[in-house]
Amino acid sequence: MSDIKDPEVLLEVINLKKYFDVKIGLGRKNYVKAVEDISFKIHKGETFGLVGESGCGKTTLGRSIIRLIEPTSGKIIYDGDVIFDGDKRKNINMTAYRRKMQIIFQDPSASLDPRMTVGEIIGEALDVHKLFQGKLERKKRIDFLLDRVGLNTEHANRYPHEFSGGQQQRIGIARALAVEPEFIVCDEPISALDVSIQSQIVNMLEDMQEELGLTYLFIAHDLSVVRHISTRIGVMYLGNMVELGDSNEIYHNPLHPYTQTLLSAVPVPDPEVNRNTHRIILEGDVPSPINPPTGCRFHTRCPYAKDICKEKIPEWKEIEPNHFAACHIL
Amino acid sequence: MAKYIVKRIAQALILIIVVACLTFLLMNLVPGGPFLSEKSPSPEVLAAMEAKYGLDQPLPIQLKNYIFHMVHGDFGVSLKMQKNRPVILIIEEMFPISAKIGLIALLIAVSIGIPIGCLSAYYRGTRIDSALRVVMTLGISVPSFVIATLLLLLFCVKLQWLPSIGLTSWQHYILPCAALSFYPMCYTGRLARSSMLDAINQDYIRTAMAKGASTKAIIFKHALRNALIPVLTFLGPLTAFILTGGFVVETVFSIPGLGRYFIQSILVRDYPIIMATTIFLAALVIFMNLIVDIMYRVVDPRIDITKGGN
Repeated sequence: MSDIKDPEVLLEVINLKKYFDVKIGLGRKNYVKAVEDISFKIHKGETFGLVGESGCGKTTLGRSIIRLIEPTSGKIIYDGDVIFDGDKRKNINMTAYRRKMQIIFQDPSASLDPRMTVGEIIGEALDVHKLFQGKLERKKRIDFLLDRVGLNTEHANRYPHEFSGGQQQRIGIARALAVEPEFIVCDEPISALDVSIQSQIVNMLEDMQEELGLTYLFIAHDLSVVRHISTRIGVMYLGNMVELGDSNEIYHNPLHPYTQTLLSAVPVPDPEVNRNTHRIILEGDVPSPINPPTGCRFHTRCPYAKDICKEKIPEWKEIEPNHFAACHIL
Repeated sequence: MAKYIVKRIAQALILIIVVACLTFLLMNLVPGGPFLSEKSPSPEVLAAMEAKYGLDQPLPIQLKNYIFHMVHGDFGVSLKMQKNRPVILIIEEMFPISAKIGLIALLIAVSIGIPIGCLSAYYRGTRIDSALRVVMTLGISVPSFVIATLLLLLFCVKLQWLPSIGLTSWQHYILPCAALSFYPMCYTGRLARSSMLDAINQDYIRTAMAKGASTKAIIFKHALRNALIPVLTFLGPLTAFILTGGFVVETVFSIPGLGRYFIQSILVRDYPIIMATTIFLAALVIFMNLIVDIMYRVVDPRIDITKGGN
């Protein structure tokens, strides 16, 4: 991909911020800075992997992009259209974009309405966007979608709880595909599933991408899966994006100390190799996003931290071609 | 399902007999008797009266006789309040009065309680929510006789808009129904609020948002349907209690309903009336619970009532 100089941009995120209010006692408020000043672009047809440990804001970022969570400030441009602008507070109707941008959730059982049959769950999306003419076509569409994700057409009359986790996630995918989207946020779609099912779902997502020309934002904490599926990868730490680059670049030449730590933590299924690899162990816990550290947010745990790291927020810069990072020591 | 219902009805019959036995024993543990009052009759007359109604026999025999007659549909006659009138006829006469007011109160409670609960949940953390919560908490904590008396004072005495006692015109129904519905309305509201808040934060609500469903569809189609279970659980027994009449409200407004009659029967130890009204209430509660259990299945397909338990 890196040989293509200027790939077509599908989604651009500029200085996106999301702060959550937290009440601390009477009338006093504080903020959880879940997403802090993130900018990046997602190209048409690619899979953009987003990694980082729990609580770093990946899910918030993913949901903010499709405005399931209202961002605090920043700008989101989808296919040339501004779908969120923190400066111009005008209400942009998302209904049309809900057809183009979809999401697959982490917990398949919780994300399906227990009161609706599978057919109703998929059909509701068709109803909202009026994607059919007549009952017969609606049923055909639902059957087609179920078949597409490897389920039986009789399954349409059953309720979500009657299915296994893997099947539920297939329903979730069929539901997302129902509106024929261009862009799908995959919010840890496999982390709630058995390992044996995980690869099936990943393969299915890949097949669909090829067939339908989808663009994915793939959020995960399983680095080996992200590496397998992603074209480019963004690494997040405590609400910030610390590094971004081509998948292989990130794996073979990680620049940011945090990325290096993350990669060294990936288990290798070979005891020989495992023994000889140097594992970087971070000290301390992830600081609270209510009171994040000054300067570089990683400085409290960074093995290479210098004085400047405590004072100045590191600049987001292109260290190598198409390989960005935010770190003072680079 | 049919098998399940038959099983539940069989269980209910056994339960009713148990309730009857317990009530009978508890009732007889209370000192005094139907024919003892300030102007006690002579010992001979007393003995004759007790012999007439079988009260001279040992308790186990009395109980056995009562259950025997009960199973055959004979609940005896009133000993004091409407002397020698069959208890069944008394209940037949009183219940519709209580049930009418109760049903109206129930409809008010549900049709206002659930929407205010939803409203409160939707506007959580705002002034609307705070105001509604104050009202709902007030409704739960203020006893109904206070509400009833205040209503009476305001609308009948001060403003003179509404009649105070009796049940002769439709205006007479307004205050008792309002007083009777206030507590269940507030309780339903609070239940609806908390379960709506719970439902709104579920992942499937986010799924509905992602589909592009309207706010109305998200609230009513997805959140409310899932939030109804706790409300339903409360509504079952509530229906039974409210239909048999609020004692306090019936007393304050002088309504000749079952609730008031029941309490009076306890005061004068009219044993057959105490027994029959208790059994009637128990049967109604059991029946409503069965209805609620069947409704669960309609509201939530994950619940299979025929499985589990014994």
